Amino acid sequence: MRQYVLKRLLLMIPTLFGVALLVFFLLRVAPGDIVELKYAGSGTFAPKEALDRERKQLGLDKPLAYQFVSWIAGIARFDFGDSMWTGRPIIEEIKIRLELSLQLAVMATVVAMLLAVPLGTLAALKQDTWVDYAVRIFSIAGLAMPSFWLGIVIILGFLIVFKWMPPLTFTSFWTDPRANLAQLIWPALAVGYRYSAMATRMTRSAVLEVLREDYVRTARAKGLWERAVVLKHALSNALLPIVTVIGLEFAFLLGGLVVTEQVFNLNGIGMLFVESITHRDYTMTQALVLLVSFAFIFMNFMVDLLYAWLDPRIHYQ
Amino acid sequence: MPGSTRAFITNNLRAPILFRPGSALDFISSRPLGGAGAIIIVLMIAAALLANFFAPYDPLANNYGAMFEAPGVHHWLGTDSFGRDVLSRILYGSRTALWVGFCSSLFGTSIGALIGVSCAYFGGKADLFMQRLMDILLSFPLIVLALVVVAVSGSGLWNVILAITIPMIPRAALVVRSSALALRQMLFVEAALTLGSSHWRVISRHMLPNVMAPYLIMLTAFLGQAILLEASLSFLGLGVAEPTAAWGLMLRGAAVEFAERAPWMALFPGLAISLAVFAFNVFGDSLRDALDPKLRLP
Repeated sequence: MRQYVLKRLLLMIPTLFGVALLVFFLLRVAPGDIVELKYAGSGTFAPKEALDRERKQLGLDKPLAYQFVSWIAGIARFDFGDSMWTGRPIIEEIKIRLELSLQLAVMATVVAMLLAVPLGTLAALKQDTWVDYAVRIFSIAGLAMPSFWLGIVIILGFLIVFKWMPPLTFTSFWTDPRANLAQLIWPALAVGYRYSAMATRMTRSAVLEVLREDYVRTARAKGLWERAVVLKHALSNALLPIVTVIGLEFAFLLGGLVVTEQVFNLNGIGMLFVESITHRDYTMTQALVLLVSFAFIFMNFMVDLLYAWLDPRIHYQ
Repeated sequence: MPGSTRAFITNNLRAPILFRPGSALDFISSRPLGGAGAIIIVLMIAAALLANFFAPYDPLANNYGAMFEAPGVHHWLGTDSFGRDVLSRILYGSRTALWVGFCSSLFGTSIGALIGVSCAYFGGKADLFMQRLMDILLSFPLIVLALVVVAVSGSGLWNVILAITIPMIPRAALVVRSSALALRQMLFVEAALTLGSSHWRVISRHMLPNVMAPYLIMLTAFLGQAILLEASLSFLGLGVAEPTAAWGLMLRGAAVEFAERAPWMALFPGLAISLAVFAFNVFGDSLRDALDPKLRLP
């Protein structure tokens, strides 16, 4: 087992290296760079020498291969360099925003689980009744509605009904948990609902499948409580596919965060990412893509490990 | 098409119901949700094609005398911060959504299918290399890869199509490759090779027609995603540019800023996106059930 974990972790390195290579060269193929953009924004005419001086300062005058190697060498020492737009260290820029995005991600996942598992189980137990149809329509609608629009609708609902708007300035959970939750629960709902849609459908079909198993019939035949049948026998065996979907749809969550942070004006990783792309901030975009891809790959890895833990029959060599 | 291939298709794709005459009606009656999706799609295509007949106003014409007008007799869905008619902009916006959706899923699935089939056909080192490359592309979440492509290519209609096409390619390639791997062992492929067919001929005439089912399934499954992705990119200001009518763009800026004063600006374009994505999703699901119940998309 330990060998397997080690192997998987080591295998991440070539994939991440590929991601880094791809992003680095893709960004530099594009015509125009951050220096031109900065001057174009200021509206003044800039002589070529000034542009070149700026490029030199950012290290953009060096050969691409040199830039790439020094960037990778920096990452190996956990030094991601400075943002080309603000000039501040990237680690710091990310650090101040990570707490918010992580909290939002965790809350959205909790919302998704809280919606998906009970609703999916309920739909399976009441298969082909109006409950089942209602749950299915609810989840299909969740897949169709963009989370940023759902966010706008939530804000709109509050504005019109209560004349109240979720606070726009971020308070850390550790300083004022209530204010923090009052702000973040709404984006978490908007993202979590969409995130839950696939998981609800998966839960429903997994529970349906398990309910047809012999051991469930045995459990019922020996007069076990229906609640015990559902919770202990059916649901715990249906957990595996549910975990898979939650893990695989992690990308949904990330995508949801990128757009939802804009709606709720949350200064998180998603907002930083969009900003870095608009500013052509190469170093920042590279670092963020690497971070997100790492999170994504790591999540898939965790799902595989969780498998082995949930199902003792699964062994990894 | 050689006889053996045709026989394979008719024997192995048991339910190509969409290709039989009168099958459209069968499809609608046997799968009500998918049928509803199909009807919405047809209506949307009609709205997009005939937007210049249906739309009551010019979608780009500013009218500063009629800013933030509530839905009413003159403007059924109200007007926006420039006095532009929301209904007209939604109708014209369906052109953008469908055009981007169709182009990017068509290109993405086709390129992906070609790569997938070629990988399965050639195998060996080339396959291994392509699989690694696809793995790398798959380790980007959909929207992140699309944003990176936008960062490279810039915004604008064709760049958005490119940005949505590229993340679709590895996903389509993966699914098509796994179906094509079995085909590679089929007798008719071996027979074609023995008869001296070129690589390209075997791939294009014998293998590609046989992955039609997963191809069509992927194509419809991607359509909804592509429309959603286009709306997201435009909403972030990295997609189609003003003043083009696009649903995601209509939700950007003023729609949020003046949400309290003019909620219709934010409500209706979002409804249009949801309806379109809903229609393509349920249609795609039904198509998948009809063509290949076992296929699981990534």
